Amino acid sequence: MRAMVYRGPYKIRVEEKPMPRIEHPNDAIIRVTTAAICGSDLHLYHGMMPDTRIGHTFGHEFIGVVEEVGPSVQNLKRGDRVMVPFNVYCGSCYFCARGLYSNCHNVNPNATAVGGIYGYSHTTGGYDGGQAEFVRVPFADVGPAIIPDWMDSEDAVLLTDALATGYFGAQLGDIVEGDTVVVFGAGPVGLYAAKSAWLMGAGRVIVVDHLEYRLEKARTFAHAETFNFAAYDDIVVEMKRTTDWLGADVVIDAVGAEADGNFLQQVTGTKLKLQGGSPIALNWAIDAARKGGTVSVVGAYGPIFSAVKFGDALNKGLTLRMNQTPVKRQWPRLFSHIQNGFLKPNDIVTHRIPLEDIAEGYHLFSAKLDNCIKTLVIADPS
Amino acid sequence: MSTTPSTPYVANKPKDIPSPEALRARIPGWGADLDPKDRPSYPREVYDPAGTGAHWDYPEEQQSGREGRERSIEHGQLTPVFGTSAPLHGVSGRIRRYAYRYSEGRAAHWLILIGADRVDAWGAHLRSLVSLRPDNPVTETGVLAEGRLHGIASRLGKRRADVNHQWLDPVIVGGPWVVATAGAVLAARVVRRRARR
Repeated sequence: MRAMVYRGPYKIRVEEKPMPRIEHPNDAIIRVTTAAICGSDLHLYHGMMPDTRIGHTFGHEFIGVVEEVGPSVQNLKRGDRVMVPFNVYCGSCYFCARGLYSNCHNVNPNATAVGGIYGYSHTTGGYDGGQAEFVRVPFADVGPAIIPDWMDSEDAVLLTDALATGYFGAQLGDIVEGDTVVVFGAGPVGLYAAKSAWLMGAGRVIVVDHLEYRLEKARTFAHAETFNFAAYDDIVVEMKRTTDWLGADVVIDAVGAEADGNFLQQVTGTKLKLQGGSPIALNWAIDAARKGGTVSVVGAYGPIFSAVKFGDALNKGLTLRMNQTPVKRQWPRLFSHIQNGFLKPNDIVTHRIPLEDIAEGYHLFSAKLDNCIKTLVIADPS
Repeated sequence: MSTTPSTPYVANKPKDIPSPEALRARIPGWGADLDPKDRPSYPREVYDPAGTGAHWDYPEEQQSGREGRERSIEHGQLTPVFGTSAPLHGVSGRIRRYAYRYSEGRAAHWLILIGADRVDAWGAHLRSLVSLRPDNPVTETGVLAEGRLHGIASRLGKRRADVNHQWLDPVIVGGPWVVATAGAVLAARVVRRRARR
């Protein structure tokens, strides 16, 4: 089969790989129809995630058709169209039994701090991802769901991570009616988080980024006020000014490990890999929140230490909330919001590329060319 | 003359928040999830093992790839299911296995793994040079997209904050190749010089 493979930092290619096979009785093999490139895939692409091995196939956002099922699979059959949450999870461990699907303890031998994720290095379990023609999906009775007939395929693939994560990020903020919510990052997750903040009753939603075309999308798609941090000497002061010097009730870090805005943090975090990412957005979030406020973190960081301003977080009495998203918990409500017309996920898709062109797709997304916001990978053009 | 104090210096909440009616009229779905207790991730933990689709108390253990599978020493056992994407191999594999002697709490664990990643990449590049499909830094970096997808126009005059470090990317990609080539040339010269003596 054809699959994207990692060849080292900033280098990937498509090559022939052996077909995935049933390795566990509850496995399924999925023929991928559409995948996506996620902002967090760039951390792997840039060589920031420890234990990213040559030959690994990325891709944790994908949908497809069931090709084969293991002998114990009860809920899926060959030919079903399915959407697969980015979490690999067993459904029965201590954490899964409590709804913490992203923290499953039965799927990742390489680390206890993070659960299993498709195509996200051996640090998250060593599972190949969906930027390929076929992918192995463990625990087929637990994670995947049949795509409803009414659902657009592009909306389905966006539900496997980006939309669910943005919505989850807004929930972690514990937004109450009238709150002022600041979202750092106008990428897919930030746009969805801003949109979701309104559903939860926010009184003001402010999005901060440095890419003007993404801020334009935040204004039109997410009805948000916007600030380009590159236009201000100090974006934290600007956030204080615009909130009448109070600070925001809720701040969402939807950027994660590759935040811009401080050259030293960028170089030590993303170029030299001496931190688990450059925590610029997180530090801004801590400083932009009001005392007693909440900071929600859904931007992804690596497992190594990062230079985070915990002193300010302590002194301000902030609540810090974060996790990888337990995707499937979000789906029933998000399905309803899409059906009601409150959310139109694929409005943010800017590029659709064939699998064979994925190296250029990664560069496009990494270098932010051509007003790129979200890129879908069409594995099966039919 | 004293001005009205800003919000945090008095008890009242900010006054410039639009009314719910105004927001509902402007934002599709505003307030659909207004009740914090009626949101999918509230409460954080909901004990419902029967609701996940799992029909086992403990999953059957995957057999393929079990032998010698590396694991975190913070795990009490090898997990019943795991990925088999790229098993340990060669020099990088030995380095990685060494890294797994350290817990996730130790910087050594992660820094050694990152070192192993680089060794793995260099080994793969060298092996590719004697294969039918050598690595091609032009196609594999996707840099040709710069020409087709407005590389200059996407950056010029856009006040982008990432332009100040993007110049380092080619150094990161090409630097090791330049150093390795220079080293190989130097070594070849030394060998040739000694052979002439």
